[in-house]
Amino acid sequence: MPNRPDKVYFFGTCLIDMCYPQAGLAGIELLEREGIKVIFPQAQSCCGQPAHNSGFPAEAKAVARQQLKSFKQDYPIVVPSGSCAGMLKHHYPAMFAGEPEADEVRRFSSRVLELSEFLVRVLDVKLRDRGQPIKVTWHSSCHATREMGVIGDSKALLKQLDNVELVELQSERECCGFGGTFSIKQPAISAAMVSDKITDIQQTGATRVLSGDCGCLLNIGGALEYQKIPITTQHIAEFILERING
Amino acid sequence: MAETGAVDFQSNVVRALADRQLRGNLKKAMGSLSLKRKAVFSDPEEFEHLRRVGNAIRRRSLSKLPVLLEQLEKNCTANGIQVHWAETTADANQIFLDIIKGHDASRVIKGKSMVSEEMHLNHFLEDHSIEALETDLGEYIIQLDHETPSHIIVPAIHKNKDQIAHLFHEKIPNTPYTEVVEELNAIARKTLRQKFFAGEIGVSGVNFAVAETGTLCLVENEGNGRMCTTVPPVHIAVMGLEKVVEHLSDVPPLLRLLTGSATGQVITTYFNMITSPRKAGEKDGPKEVHLVILDNGRSKILADPQLRETLQCIRCGACLNHCPVYTRLGGHAYGYVYPGPIGSILTPQMEGLHKAGAMASASSLCGACEEVCPVKIPFTSLLRILRDESYAEGDSPHDVDGHGYKRHFTESLAWKGWAVMNTNPTLNHLSTKMLGMVGAFLPKAGPLKHWTQVRTTPKFAKQSLHALAKARGLDDE
Ligand code: SF4
Repeated sequence: MPNRPDKVYFFGTCLIDMCYPQAGLAGIELLEREGIKVIFPQAQSCCGQPAHNSGFPAEAKAVARQQLKSFKQDYPIVVPSGSCAGMLKHHYPAMFAGEPEADEVRRFSSRVLELSEFLVRVLDVKLRDRGQPIKVTWHSSCHATREMGVIGDSKALLKQLDNVELVELQSERECCGFGGTFSIKQPAISAAMVSDKITDIQQTGATRVLSGDCGCLLNIGGALEYQKIPITTQHIAEFILERING
Repeated sequence: MAETGAVDFQSNVVRALADRQLRGNLKKAMGSLSLKRKAVFSDPEEFEHLRRVGNAIRRRSLSKLPVLLEQLEKNCTANGIQVHWAETTADANQIFLDIIKGHDASRVIKGKSMVSEEMHLNHFLEDHSIEALETDLGEYIIQLDHETPSHIIVPAIHKNKDQIAHLFHEKIPNTPYTEVVEELNAIARKTLRQKFFAGEIGVSGVNFAVAETGTLCLVENEGNGRMCTTVPPVHIAVMGLEKVVEHLSDVPPLLRLLTGSATGQVITTYFNMITSPRKAGEKDGPKEVHLVILDNGRSKILADPQLRETLQCIRCGACLNHCPVYTRLGGHAYGYVYPGPIGSILTPQMEGLHKAGAMASASSLCGACEEVCPVKIPFTSLLRILRDESYAEGDSPHDVDGHGYKRHFTESLAWKGWAVMNTNPTLNHLSTKMLGMVGAFLPKAGPLKHWTQVRTTPKFAKQSLHALAKARGLDDE
């Protein structure tokens, strides 16, 4: 187990900032409960992935530099999103390879951890479930799965919750169709993907879908609501906090 | 279709998605293919090791491709195989025509070859009154229905058993209707058998060409490949120039990766190694063997140190079978010969972004292809390069045809604005705050119009996390 730090940075992500601040706050609270001091640089914004994936590398880099500037100290950077964490950890070094900042970027990237990963692998948190019995299902975001490899950590957290029954999706590892700008550049394909995901979710009998990525939740939750299906979506941090607070 | 350069990808997508039968057929077939693959590569560590070996072999081959191709030509020639070089598909077709005409032949039997599809060889030969009969079962089925392959390994994957039963009944004379798979196979076999013996020229693809020995390797399951390459007096093999490997010892790991990834087999029923035409005193085999090596844009791809990785592909089809986009659209919607993830990186480079650039946008960058590709092609990085190229303004390190075709004032401006917002904390706070205030009243126009077709409008929070963190008194260092 890596050393337990006293302080960490929190990278809130732009989507959480705009649409899911409660998920971000829950993440912060989970860290503070473990006695960690959380620093939230007000100059942070977006990891740059939207532009990076859409053919605008110069804009992505400009925004990436803003994050490099905002997280200067040598603290771990905890990120409540597998996708943004993957961007900071794996894409930044490639984007800046061969540039004067390359070394600084590599050091920055090596400090990045996804929230579940940090809670399990660094803090080894112990959770006590105080909630009523509930049946939930879980959607693995593509980048949490393939870039960060942290799904095992998220599930390990959920398994600690005694009253939570986790029913797995058949298509757990299949993309929900969000893909950032993909959902608006290829709306028809994205729509087909999210509706298949929803059919699968309904088959589980769960009343709530959890994920570690708000992009997927925005997509799945928006589609569930559009179809007036009474299944809610929630970020794992918010769910855990709710369970342990009872 | 591809020739006119007018593929309307968006309409194809809408049509494909509306086809329930197609969705059902694909789902069933893909599910079974991926399960079989999973069973042969059940040990993740062993698979990862094998992938690394496969990747290293392909990288090494590409890094010395010009030398290997010369060596291949020299050794094939010494073995009695006649080697022909074709820069374009038109050149390749002409080479075929010259050989066929040189033998006064008019009946060609073909084993499966995606490069021949790239050349639209069947059409070309038909236009010259030469009959080209596909003998691979899947290819035979789609040829009967005047279709093109919808998958690089399983060309008729879009059709189910019932559709094939009807097709056989209607198109093959004196065929009673049957849905029994064994009977359908027997019908095809019987019909094809007669044709094999009447074929004057046999055509095949090449899976690997070994430079050090001048050997052409052909992987197949039906035995039709062996028939096409041994029964007619003349065999013409055709390959893309990237198919060469250096050593004979490079073949076994690649073969294992190919068969496991493609069909979930440890080894295929047939594996042909062709090293020469029939020699004096031998009782069978063609009297002449030709090898046509096609470029068609590949050397340009090879010249780009990053995009070159596209050419590592061994055409196993696994990326198609695992792609959430391909498995919903099928191959025809892409509008070009190579569909799915490999098509989405290869086709825009071959045909130009201005024609096929939409394929590069047809990915959520989920990375499922990257996870299964037996030679570890970095799809998502390559797709990003192609997207960058679509908007590039001249100073790009790459040189893909159609470079900058998507450059558009409004979109570029929007991204510039986005960058300003996200590099200036004051503006960023202000814009998030504004969204929280007016977000719910935003008109459903622009991007939001597409989003809200199947989803509700995102709910922007009244207070951002920035604001909440500040209110909580968190340090801002
Ligand atoms: S790109 Fe990789 S997975 Fe796709 S066909 Fe080629 S070798 Fe197979």
